[in-house]
This record gives sequence, structure tokens and C-alpha cells, in this order.
Amino acid sequence: MHDVPEQIDIRTESAAPPADSAVVRDALGVGVAVGLSGFAFGVTSAGAGLGVLQTCALSLLVFTGASQFALVGALAAGGNPFTAAAGAFFLGVRNTFYGLRLSGLLGLPRAVRPLAAHWVIDETSAVALAQPDRRTARLGFTVTGLTLYVLWNLTTLIGALGASALGDTDAWGLDAAGPAVFLALLAPMLSGTVERAVAGLGVLLLLLCQPLLPAGVPVLVAALAAPAVLTVRGYMSRGTEPGERR
Amino acid sequence: MTTWIAIGVTAVGCYLVKLLGLSVPAGVLERPLVRRLAALLPVALLAALTAQQTFSEGRHLLLDARAAGLGAAALALVLRAPFLVVVAVAVVVTAGVRAL
Repeated sequence: MHDVPEQIDIRTESAAPPADSAVVRDALGVGVAVGLSGFAFGVTSAGAGLGVLQTCALSLLVFTGASQFALVGALAAGGNPFTAAAGAFFLGVRNTFYGLRLSGLLGLPRAVRPLAAHWVIDETSAVALAQPDRRTARLGFTVTGLTLYVLWNLTTLIGALGASALGDTDAWGLDAAGPAVFLALLAPMLSGTVERAVAGLGVLLLLLCQPLLPAGVPVLVAALAAPAVLTVRGYMSRGTEPGERR
Repeated sequence: MTTWIAIGVTAVGCYLVKLLGLSVPAGVLERPLVRRLAALLPVALLAALTAQQTFSEGRHLLLDARAAGLGAAALALVLRAPFLVVVAVAVVVTAGVRAL
């Protein structure tokens, strides 16, 4: 079928339900690739001044990569804890919508939901939602979630410990890891004109606000690009919506 | 201490929004406008965060080695490189330009 699992979109169109081994292979591929980037998070977080315990607590308890990178970036910039957390929180809101789509598909018993909820993230959702039926969806969700959780936390620890051994992490270019992760997550979302307009306006607002507003606030202002573009678009046209993937 | 507060608030907030999705009956949040906004919010945030962590240092805007690293990462994305390669390219190119 496909031998290189992409990090977000691993869907292939197939009429017959895939074999369990194929589901597990996809799930492991995604889990391993993204789990390893926990190393980049560990290093970035340590480079931002967080301790090993704090860094590991983030991966264990927050477990949604973009929010974690956003939080340590905001803290490093000297933002107050609540504006820093707000940016991370708004990034995490997309997981609500994954959960909405997953709950029907997975059909989880009430008692399991609080546990499964912790694993509702980009990658587990991408794998589970690509499955044609409940059984393979559950399998994909579980294998991806487990692989990712174990590896993400393990590599976070290694990265956090390794960062102090590396000394000046900037000299190694590791301060570029955070923005590169954001860019890699962003790229597959830029499928339509509206998305590109939102991204462009977000960048513009950020660059305008960064020199003027306290740390943490510019990102929140830039988030207004989303409702702003939707509002303008609402006035301009009532045309057909471009297909959305996420 | 403030760091722990930020970690605690983020952990609780991010967990609750995940749980909300699994718990709320479908349809409550499935209005087209809400869905559309939820899909676009990460686009705005990720774009802003990329720009911030590439072109700023504190309150100052600047163009340094990171811009070269992110340019290389963008190229890697266009060439459909896997996630890890994209991040590695950004790190290596940034370090390389700094070492010049």
C-alpha cells in the first residue's frame, strides 16, 4: 500500500477493511516518527530554562506536542504563566473536535473515556479516522496512542538530559527545532485559500504586535486572524466551502 | 513556581478540552461556523508561532540563522520529506549558518 507513513495523512483509499497487521504497521510508523520528535521537545524545553522534571511533567500530563512547544517558547520569552498557558490551551482546542469525531467511531464505554481522552491528539486521530470500521479504528487508536505516549515521554527525558550535556543548545541550532515543528504541523493545513489567508494574517499580526505587546500576548492577538478572515469571507461570498481535512 | 503554575494550568486545560470532545453528544459543537473556526484557529496560531520563534528575540524582530534553517525546512516540506527530516534539516542548517 504505502511504505512511508506520513505524519498526519496516512489515509489510503481501500474498499476492503485493512488487515490488522497493516493497521498496526501504520500506527507504529506514525508513533515512532513523531515519538522521536519528543527528543527535540526535551532539548527545546531544557534550552528554554525548564528543569528535567518540569519538561517531563509537560510530556506526561499535557501530551499534545504543539501546545508543549508553544508553552516553553512563551515561558522562555518571559511571558506570564497565564498568557503562556492560554496560547498552549487554544492550540489544544482542536483536540476537542477530534474527540467529537472519534467518539462515534470508537464507541468507548463511559469508564474508558477519561483514560482514552488523554490520547486524543493529531496522530491518533489521523490513524483512527482513516480506518473503515470500529474494530480497526480502536486498534489503530490504541497502538498509535501507546507507541506515541511511551516514546514521546522517553525521548523527552533523553532530550532534556542531553541538552545539559550539549551546553549551549543554540550553537547546535536546536532553537530552530520548535518553529520547524510548528511549520511541519502547519504545512498540511494550508490546502485552501482561506487557510493561507489566515496563516498570512496571523504572521502579519504577530510581527506587528511582537515589538509592542508583552510576551505571550502577540500570539493571542494573531489567533484573531481566524475569526477575522471568516468574517470578511462571510461578507464577500457565500460560495461553496473548500473541502476541509481537519 | 510560575513555571509549575503554567504547566498545571496547561495540563488541566488541555486535558479538559480532550475529554470534552469524547463526552459531549455530537451535534452540540458540530455547527459549521464552530467547526470552521476550530479548524482555522490552529492555522493562525501555528503560523504566528513559527514567525515568532523564527524572527524574534524577546521584543526585537531580527533575521538570523534561524531564518535560513526554517527556509530549508520549508523546502524539505515542499519536497514531502518526513516530519523528522524537516526538523533535522532546520536544526542542521541553522547550526551550519551560525558556524560560518
